[in-house]
Amino acid sequence: MSPEPRAYTRRVFLQRGATLASTAATIPWFVQNAAAGVMPTTNMISSIPGIPDDRVMVIIQLGGGNDGLNTVVPYYADEYARLRPRIGFGGPGSNRPAGAALELDEAAGLGLHPRLTGFKSLFDDGKLEIVQGVGYPNPNRSHFASMDIWHTGRSDGQGTGWLGRYFDNSCNGSPIPEAAISIGRRAPLALMGDVQKPVSFEDARLFRWKGEDLHDAMKAPYEKVVRAGALDGIDPDSQAAYLMRTSLDAQISSDRIRAAVKRSANAGYPRGPLADQLRLIAAMIRDGMPTRVYYATLGGFDTHGSQSGSHANLMGQLGDSVKAFQADLDAQGAADQVLTMVFSEFGRRVAENGSGGTDHGTAAPVFLIGNQVRPGLVGNHPSLTDLDGGDLRFGIDFRSVYAGLLTDWFKVDSASVLGTDHPPAHLLRS
Amino acid sequence: MAANPLARLPDRDFDYWSAAHLLRRAGFGGTPEVIQTLLASGLDGAVDRLVEFTPTVDDGDRFDRDIMRPRSTEENRILSEARSRGDEATVERYRRDRQQRQKRDRAQLRKIRRWWLERMIKTTEPLEEKMTLFWHGHFATGYRTVEDSWHLMIQNRLFRAHALDDFATLTRSIIRDPAMLQYLDGDQNRKGRPNENLARELMELFVLGEGNGYTEADIREGARALTGFTYVDDDFTFRKDRHDAGQKSILGRRGSFDGDGFVDVLLAQPETSRFLCEKIYRFFVDDGPKSPDAEGRQVVEGMAKTLRRSKYRLGPVLGQLFRSRHFYAPERRASIVKSPIQLVVQSIRELGTPIRDENVLLEATDLMGQNLLQPPSVKGWDGGRSWINTATLFVRQNTLVYQLTGRLPGLDAAQNGAAAEPFASERLVDHLGTNGPPDPDLVVDYLLRFTLGTTPHPHRRETVRAFLRDVGDRIDRDRITAMLALITAMPEYQLA
Repeated sequence: MSPEPRAYTRRVFLQRGATLASTAATIPWFVQNAAAGVMPTTNMISSIPGIPDDRVMVIIQLGGGNDGLNTVVPYYADEYARLRPRIGFGGPGSNRPAGAALELDEAAGLGLHPRLTGFKSLFDDGKLEIVQGVGYPNPNRSHFASMDIWHTGRSDGQGTGWLGRYFDNSCNGSPIPEAAISIGRRAPLALMGDVQKPVSFEDARLFRWKGEDLHDAMKAPYEKVVRAGALDGIDPDSQAAYLMRTSLDAQISSDRIRAAVKRSANAGYPRGPLADQLRLIAAMIRDGMPTRVYYATLGGFDTHGSQSGSHANLMGQLGDSVKAFQADLDAQGAADQVLTMVFSEFGRRVAENGSGGTDHGTAAPVFLIGNQVRPGLVGNHPSLTDLDGGDLRFGIDFRSVYAGLLTDWFKVDSASVLGTDHPPAHLLRS
Repeated sequence: MAANPLARLPDRDFDYWSAAHLLRRAGFGGTPEVIQTLLASGLDGAVDRLVEFTPTVDDGDRFDRDIMRPRSTEENRILSEARSRGDEATVERYRRDRQQRQKRDRAQLRKIRRWWLERMIKTTEPLEEKMTLFWHGHFATGYRTVEDSWHLMIQNRLFRAHALDDFATLTRSIIRDPAMLQYLDGDQNRKGRPNENLARELMELFVLGEGNGYTEADIREGARALTGFTYVDDDFTFRKDRHDAGQKSILGRRGSFDGDGFVDVLLAQPETSRFLCEKIYRFFVDDGPKSPDAEGRQVVEGMAKTLRRSKYRLGPVLGQLFRSRHFYAPERRASIVKSPIQLVVQSIRELGTPIRDENVLLEATDLMGQNLLQPPSVKGWDGGRSWINTATLFVRQNTLVYQLTGRLPGLDAAQNGAAAEPFASERLVDHLGTNGPPDPDLVVDYLLRFTLGTTPHPHRRETVRAFLRDVGDRIDRDRITAMLALITAMPEYQLA
């Protein structure tokens, strides 16, 4: 791992963040292109020559801080066994009390959590890429603060989301309806731009007006009111006209999403909230929604105590759900156009704590799934001997992961979203 | 265009609908009775009633100020000794204690949010709360960074105490405010190692405004002036040993400025009054993307002049604005997008819906993009059209259904609402019928105009009138509530 990031002082880093905010990150991408004489034509997303206009990114957020060391298991390391006497896994075939990891790389001594059989089979099929030791300098151990840092791509966790900026740069000043959809009550900051806002819903059945439940006679006048668009005689630049147009957009989104979801596959998915979300997403992809980014969330990773059972359930759910999702995409012939990224706001400390759990830590692996990934392990597993106060040192800045995906998946200049401090990591087949 | 952009509205033009408009903008709206009372005092009386308010009693003392108190010297000693001798049990005890206190503090934060929402719902001085909300969005700080609910409470009381007071005093207070110093790293700003965060935002967002003639060098010099401004526990303290007392040059002025001197330099700039008045204008008059328009720019100029003449006291500025013809012009009615807080508070104060569950209301405003005490960034809330997108529109409509009927927007919501507190919607139209039930035509017209704050489009009138005919053409509680559910689902209901 490179010692270079450690050389940043907090102040230098904050200053860099500030510079980023005031210059590069706020210049829309199309303006930069225009300046360079390559003004694209109409819709930025679909009109870039040579780039398939149907590329989709699915993000799975593991909320609470996933224990990276029990996800990708460094069973080779004596320190791992020593610092995790109760919860640490042994290598394949071992008879350690916690169990034996699934083999990933025998030479490196790395394995997967025993319940990640879904990931193991994706790995064996060449569809799983594991980016090791992903983090950032001056790690923040607060869930909220670290999540904000991951979502904004900025060291101070302030401002718009990284994907929101990507869309802002691509949408020529007017938002693209349904460009980003998040399943959940709350839209994630990552998708929030200055102009672009995500569509979010917890359950497609709830993405509608509840007033129509009051009386059958209410449905028709409601439809009339919300679908009229901008009414005659209303100044098209007025706030009222804007609201009337957005209201019509909302109804159309709601129709499309609910129609897509009605036709979702039931077969093949395990039970559980993540599988439910991915099933919805697969249905929307099959229906040809113009959506470029889907966002799913699985919580419960804040495993401070007796984590073995709960973490194993989460690992099982993660691996099985993603595997089923990938199979669904394969069956509908969409697997080439979809890339999935799995991340968490931080990993956990190397040593288990006194209650059979782990406390908030730092670097952890990021997973990429799809037909276009460079399968296997990327980067080195963080050292378990060269620790920073009991925590792993990161090897790859998460913004270099983002930059790699923006560059190689969405084919945009990542500097316009993330600044120039983070060179794109080469993560996809080219 | 009038020669004087802030020309006074003639008294005879101050009618019922103007009084309703004033009450929505200067506060959160009122029921027909409240509007009548305001109207009866005439334009001057009504504006004075709102602007020259007597500060309400501050009952913020009920909250626990010590949850996040820093460790005492003694506790620090014990902890560091425990660390050095490897006494894990003691270290663990301290760690658990901190986690417990953080948990309690987050619970207190939720209580403070409810307390503030309740103040906005119940206050007799709505402009005091509205300005407190304005300042919270202007000098924005958020809990995730501050992590001390009492510090946010101190700041909230500061905003309320200076709601319409002078901006100079408020700015000098905010550079001493523990939450602000924590949020913008003022506590780390010391001689030889300046942290520019607070100085930058004072220039860019708080006082002078972006692009108003300052340079990076001015920011660096401003940061030097602010060195040593920090806090201990709940109180501001000036650390002379950390202060850089040397000569500084800020915006062309030279002196050995400290934080107050720096603020004075900013306040002496003519751009400052214009910057603040434009923000006030967008908050109270028009928040469209092209606001202020040509006449609006003259109004802002006039407001800025008044602000300078009043030595940065805001009362005279708002008093003049709320009396102006410009403020009451038809194109300024229903032209501001309600903030989520405005939406839920106004429906209670104006339509008279029950308060219902404040936790549900706060959750809803959060989903609409406004979480009190946690603005998205130091820029506060952008407001205007940024509140509105396809997802937030449904949340807004369904929150109104909840307020009107008690039905929660969940899947199992068919039953819930049955036992909800009833909403006496008929009170809104009581005054329309002298003998017996009021005329349906009159009720439809009145409800639309009252609820939308402007003359309704004929399309809307026809739709609601046809609905009423379909359900029996009778005026009673259920039918009025159903019409309100329809009207509040109209896109233009999002405007105030």
